Amino acid sequence: MREITILSGKGGTGKTTITASFAVLANNPVIADCDVDAPDLHMLLHPKTLRTQEFTGPKLAEIDHEKCVECSLCQKICRFEAITDFQIDPILCEGCGTCAVICPETAIILKDRISGEAFISETKYGLMSHAFLFPGGANSGKLVTLVRQNAKEAAEENHCELILIDGSPGIGCPVIASVTGVNMGVIVTEPTVSGIHDMKRVLELLAHFDVRPFVCINKCDLNQQNTKKIERFCDKLNINIVGRVPFNPIVTKAMVSEKPIVEYSPESVVSQRIKEMWKNLLGRT
Amino acid sequence: MILSIASGKGGTGKTTVAANLALSLENAQLLDCDVEEPNAHLLLHPKITETKLVYVQIPVVDENKCNYCGECSKFCKFNAIFVTPQKIMFFPELCSSCGGCAIVCPKNAIKEKKRKIGVTKRGLAKEIELVYGQLNVGEPMATPVIKAVKKHMQPPEKGDVIIDSPPGTSCPVIEAVHGSDYCILVTEPTPFGLYDLKIAVEVLSKMKIPFGVVINRAGIGDRKIYAFCKEKAIPILLEIPYERKIAELYSVGKPFVLEMPEWKEKLGGLLKEIKESLQV
Repeated sequence: MREITILSGKGGTGKTTITASFAVLANNPVIADCDVDAPDLHMLLHPKTLRTQEFTGPKLAEIDHEKCVECSLCQKICRFEAITDFQIDPILCEGCGTCAVICPETAIILKDRISGEAFISETKYGLMSHAFLFPGGANSGKLVTLVRQNAKEAAEENHCELILIDGSPGIGCPVIASVTGVNMGVIVTEPTVSGIHDMKRVLELLAHFDVRPFVCINKCDLNQQNTKKIERFCDKLNINIVGRVPFNPIVTKAMVSEKPIVEYSPESVVSQRIKEMWKNLLGRT
Repeated sequence: MILSIASGKGGTGKTTVAANLALSLENAQLLDCDVEEPNAHLLLHPKITETKLVYVQIPVVDENKCNYCGECSKFCKFNAIFVTPQKIMFFPELCSSCGGCAIVCPKNAIKEKKRKIGVTKRGLAKEIELVYGQLNVGEPMATPVIKAVKKHMQPPEKGDVIIDSPPGTSCPVIEAVHGSDYCILVTEPTPFGLYDLKIAVEVLSKMKIPFGVVINRAGIGDRKIYAFCKEKAIPILLEIPYERKIAELYSVGKPFVLEMPEWKEKLGGLLKEIKESLQV
């Protein structure tokens, strides 16, 4: 079984557009949307939920006001500034439990909290593992790990050889959870100074976790000079540029029609380039 | 006032709005809290005058005192400590620096030490003070670096503070926007933009931070975002049209107000409007 993660560093470079197209082009993949903060892939792939599972995030401290003598030791010890006026702020509480052990009156207990949901669903392109982190929920890395586990189980049960993972922007905990141990990382970048800056940081991240990197330059005609810069940079480091996709408003039209671009407009240059890129990638796995 | 710029979806134009807004105000300070992928400095080109290391506290175990009772490991909700009968293992990346393990240790064998996870940089770009953070590559937890950036916040009498938030809706975003007087949600009129906007709206409502929307790349996509804002009575503060010139300026790292000065007034007016709306 192989796992490919699509990531970018910078947001809005086209990860989900590319992942949805790969899902159409791949042969019986399992698709995993690991952008649990702002999951968008379902809008293009229209999954039908087969199984829903609760996600237990970090615990939440609760003060029993009958027992509390307002000594304020908990407020002083909490490093997350989650307790003020003997009230716990659920958004700031990390569920570490330090307040509970310091409380001389044992007035604080930790409770489980449901902070999201994970789903296994069916799409016409293959099974899909995805999730939803409740707004403001913590521990997105752990939820990403659950989505990947579910995807792996689904792939094993159904003899699927490939898992396609749509990552989130950034380089922090959810991104790390979506790249550890995968076979390939495809970085979707764009020819802007921030696109390049962020790509470099994700390349470092992939090197750190020993994941083989590939680069796709999206909207490559937006700034030819910057596209050349990306090419030179990748050449120097011996990193393969697997695709160059030109800017075209048709991509937004496909999104508005809630369809992967390769299905919405298979003959468009964008779709042709994405298909070539997919072939390129398959040749290198 | 403290004004944060957030979005849910990435790449909608948070940094563009934050940097151009800062350039349209007097004495503004810009705090770039997207410490995973900071970009504001790429638009503002500040002269960096100060770099500070960001540390978190992690436990160190004195193995001479430790009797491997496992209390620390039982306590740690983050699975950062693992104790076997003869050995104690610690995974620093998982540690949340809560300090609880040192408290529960019956042998007083746990002390804390500093671990470096990133830097903050401070500098001047024209009259704007920019502070940004940079999380070290491979480090999972962005929030301590965001906190460190926010520690540089100028006092209210010096001028307005603009916080550029990371994308998403989880812990780093909450850390960034926490304590703001107002939040501008930058979105684009597409299905993805709308879906992620809805999540961001829920987060801000929960946090009780007043907010309004800036629609970037207006003209692309569809009109559903306008209907949503109308239905929820969310003010649309400004629309920035999709123009190739704006996109091209961004691609070379140039804030558009420098080339299109008419926008300075619009952005300055935007802040005035927000301030007025908050006084009512």
